[in-house]
Amino acid sequence: MTPLTGYLIVAALVFAIGLAGALTRRNAIMILIGIELMLNAANLNLIAFWRYSPHPELLSGMMFAIFSIAVAAAEAAVGLGLVISIYRHARTADVEEMNRMKG
Amino acid sequence: MGFVFYLISAFAVGGALAAVLLKNLVHAALAVTIAFFGLALLFLRLDAQFAGFAQILVYVGAVAILVVFAILLTKGSEVPKEGVFSRSWLAGLAISAAVFAVVAWAVMQAAPSLPNQSAIPAVTVNDIGNALMNRYVLPLEIIAVLLTAALLGAVIVAMHEKRAKQG
Repeated sequence: MTPLTGYLIVAALVFAIGLAGALTRRNAIMILIGIELMLNAANLNLIAFWRYSPHPELLSGMMFAIFSIAVAAAEAAVGLGLVISIYRHARTADVEEMNRMKG
Repeated sequence: MGFVFYLISAFAVGGALAAVLLKNLVHAALAVTIAFFGLALLFLRLDAQFAGFAQILVYVGAVAILVVFAILLTKGSEVPKEGVFSRSWLAGLAISAAVFAVVAWAVMQAAPSLPNQSAIPAVTVNDIGNALMNRYVLPLEIIAVLLTAALLGAVIVAMHEKRAKQG
């Protein structure tokens, strides 16, 4: 197994675990954590392809990963704010009980 | 592919797995911090020092703290009686296993054509700063606007509703 393949397999594993967390957990915060894990796995792919690319000095993959980290931070802040707001309204963070559009 | 790579990968994957499986949300948040830290170590091993330290600062420093705050504000540290997994957990598990199988198969199929050896990239923080100010200045400005909007939006969304009605 070449080094790049190893990193790609690790990223695929973390992505699948994050997807499983987002799909199977009831708590909205755990769904957000699963999404963060998936974003991180994508970043690992970008950095690995950047490292083994023919022209790493162009910095494309690295810049993608840095901007993606910034967007993920913004997403986490807004998502957790929404979870807190919904909890205050519905008194639960369980997504299976959030089945009403109104009130 | 040395021993260090396997050790760090076990850290990252084990942390992620523990985060998804642990019932107590505070424990899950700590486990996901370990996973973020392991991924940052993988970035450092890929000679991406700036991205690795940005990962530690943003994820281990900020996102993990935000998650813990949200858990405590929503009383998420109590384990619910009806369990932590949804009713359709089997379908979710099957979908994620299928996604992993497809991605791993694709990687293994493409493995012979992927580059496997290259020189260590000689990239300094100076080069990254120059690139951010020249070629990537427009995305940088857009990210700045996005972060400001997200900050204000998160505060407004999480603000108390009664206070909004009075004002």
